[in-house]
Amino acid sequence: MAFCLTKAKKLIYNHLKSKMGSLGIINHGNWTHPVSFSHPIPQNLKKPDTFFTNNTTLFASRRFESIIAGKHLDSLRNVFDEIEVLNFPGGKVKFTSEMKFLSESPEERIHCYRVLDDNGQPTVHSNSVQIGEEVAVKMYNDMVTLQLMDSIFYEAQRQGRISFYLTTIGEEAINIASAAALNIDDLIFPQYREAGVLLWRGFSLQEFANQCFGNRDDNGKGRQMPIHYGSKKHNYFTVASTVATQISHAVGAAYALKMDGRDACTVTYFGDGGTSTGDFHAALNFAAVMEAPVIFFCRNNGWAISTPVSDQFRSDGIVVRGQAYGVRSIRVDGNDALAIFSAIQAARRMAIGESRPVLIEALTYRAGHHSTSDDSTKYRPVHEIEWWRVARDPVSRFKKWIESNGWWSDEAEFELRSSVRKQLLHAIQVAEKVEKPAIAEIFTDVYDVPPANLCEQETLLRETIKRHPQDYPSHFQFPL
Amino acid sequence: MLGIIRQRVARKGVPASIVEQSLQRIRNRPVAYASRCYSSTAKQMTVRDALNSALDEEMSADPKVFLMGEEVGEYQGAYKISKGLLDKYGPERVVDTPITEAGFAGIGVGAAYYGLKPVIEFMTINFTLQAIDHIINSAAKSNYMSAGQMSVPIVFRGPNGAAAGVGAQHSQCYASWYSSCPGLKVLAPYSSEDARGLLKAAIRDPDPVVFLENELLYGESFPVSAEVLDSSFCLPIGKAKIEREGKDVTITAFSKMVGFVLKAAEILAEEGITAEVINLRSIRPLDRSTINASVRKTNRLVTVEEGFPQHGIGAEICASVVEESFEYLDAPVERIAGADVPMPYAANLERLAVPQIEDIVRAAKRACYRSVPMAATA
Repeated sequence: MAFCLTKAKKLIYNHLKSKMGSLGIINHGNWTHPVSFSHPIPQNLKKPDTFFTNNTTLFASRRFESIIAGKHLDSLRNVFDEIEVLNFPGGKVKFTSEMKFLSESPEERIHCYRVLDDNGQPTVHSNSVQIGEEVAVKMYNDMVTLQLMDSIFYEAQRQGRISFYLTTIGEEAINIASAAALNIDDLIFPQYREAGVLLWRGFSLQEFANQCFGNRDDNGKGRQMPIHYGSKKHNYFTVASTVATQISHAVGAAYALKMDGRDACTVTYFGDGGTSTGDFHAALNFAAVMEAPVIFFCRNNGWAISTPVSDQFRSDGIVVRGQAYGVRSIRVDGNDALAIFSAIQAARRMAIGESRPVLIEALTYRAGHHSTSDDSTKYRPVHEIEWWRVARDPVSRFKKWIESNGWWSDEAEFELRSSVRKQLLHAIQVAEKVEKPAIAEIFTDVYDVPPANLCEQETLLRETIKRHPQDYPSHFQFPL
Repeated sequence: MLGIIRQRVARKGVPASIVEQSLQRIRNRPVAYASRCYSSTAKQMTVRDALNSALDEEMSADPKVFLMGEEVGEYQGAYKISKGLLDKYGPERVVDTPITEAGFAGIGVGAAYYGLKPVIEFMTINFTLQAIDHIINSAAKSNYMSAGQMSVPIVFRGPNGAAAGVGAQHSQCYASWYSSCPGLKVLAPYSSEDARGLLKAAIRDPDPVVFLENELLYGESFPVSAEVLDSSFCLPIGKAKIEREGKDVTITAFSKMVGFVLKAAEILAEEGITAEVINLRSIRPLDRSTINASVRKTNRLVTVEEGFPQHGIGAEICASVVEESFEYLDAPVERIAGADVPMPYAANLERLAVPQIEDIVRAAKRACYRSVPMAATA
């Protein structure tokens, strides 16, 4: 319906008056609710369920409310020059006689919230949450561990010891600080660049290594490629390769949490690329309608493999899209651990306390390659990568802050790095030697209970391996 | 071999019963599954009411069960399957969704990951193509990919296959698409008893289930016994039902085609051919043992389905029988399927594109060597 008005006010007024007048005569007797234009929409009419189930006649009268205005023609005449309002399904809208298109790009982009400056010093007027020493030191420890894990496992892939790896370089603050501000009961729906969240929650380095090597101790039973971690115990839903499907899942789970009345929310992570999918749109739209307690965390790191954000969308990033769906949103500095911590903590309170979705867009940079299958120097300048990796490193920035508080030292740094390095190398060595999963694991978990045909196939497979051992060479490992 | 002897003897005019008795002593007769669920004081129930009552009872019994889809609430369901449920259970458990199959399928899967039991209604199964990534990659495979940490007790349901005059994009049968995927269970009810028992089983099942209904069956009435009407009634997933016993040819079908096959069986009976009609009920897992046992009895097989012929349900049944009961077959397997064209609209063209009772009768006769085979290369 197009409601742009170009006629002069008087013409409109006369037009409306004639319409209302005739309709007023017809409907005069039927509706007796005196509703004035300045009356706000009654609270019970905002909730669609009471709206529909209780009173269909109320619905009918709402539809024709503009006709009732015929009674208020006199009062209308007085306020006409001040306000003209369209009663539209979905709410009142003011008319304007000025034809003005909303600009496709804002004069100024939405501001980015940050607490620590590039030197790790708190900026003036920051209303951030205060983090104690214990939490801050654990945060830093985990950021360093994550960084080291990434570099060592990446090397392991290059050496051919694991088949694939994907780093979080440049996004350590996003990983650790967001996890630190959440409760263990909050459900995590990750994309794939959030191993740090699992690390914070207590997944061990050995467990990470086991998954990457797909060995018998892998709690994923060797079912998936490396970095597809998942742990029910840690409320971290298993990583799937499909892009952005986790966003819809998070909304569904949040709705379930709300129905259960739990003091918890869901948090889902995705990149700038993931926001182009249909799932992003449907999930945000739905979450707003269902009033689901979900935090949408967008890691806008500038790149979707080789696609820069300028080829991905033309909006002012992702934060404005949240607003478009009726979702409260904020833009934060993704390399500032304190800003992320504060934003998540506030978002969590809003999501659970007000039963609403919240969108956080963290601006950062993917300082590493997309994965071990990628060489990003092919599509972006090396100096850009280096600048972000060094000058804007979130780990060293946070380190400066904890050092300035007297909570960290060079000795502690050396201790930490050498200890974690040792642990990582040890974990890889151990994981490499552990047996591969038993062949029974091909057939389990397809269904809740293995069906007859799979049981048959397993028996057949075992017999075949016994009968033709030459076809099942030992270096492949087929533990029975 | 035994089948040929019987045929030859029958043609010579020897009464079939005498032949049968003598043959019985010769061959091992496997126990055939037969059910007599209809009591003498049978109440009539439409498939629509059967589905509605099943949903109602399961939602009442388990607060985790909830329904989500377009028009399921206020509109009482696009086909009125969810009539009255919004009033009874409220908008939190009967959720009207915006138009995004991908969206609400994904959201349903997310709720199932958490532990709820969503029933996702699609206006037709054709629209599941919008959501198929969530059905296959997020639902079917999750328990396996997460090593048992993420189970998905979800039901995806809606009318499948051809209706009447709704054109190509509303008429495709997706039974073979979904039943090729491990991790899913695929059910296709025919009667009201099937609808009630299988939907209850699907909702209670911890695995993701695709539940293929049929729009034209919604209004059909079937007799239902007191046992079926009981709220604890449930049918086992993976068991086919022998709707009509017979000795000459096995005819398999599911959903609406079961009705056609039963009518064809009556016509065939008048001509001296007794057909054993198998209502598959469960497409995945397929009840291969019932089908094979039947073929070993009759030695002839006709498969009937509404969907496209290539890679259809009949192809899988034929392969299963060839693998397990090859020496029992006395004739090539006959496959009756929908025409290999997108469904046309005009009434005459639509009628030609979907199997009719006469097609089934002719196929059964061909299998029994009563008419000339229609070989493609002849």
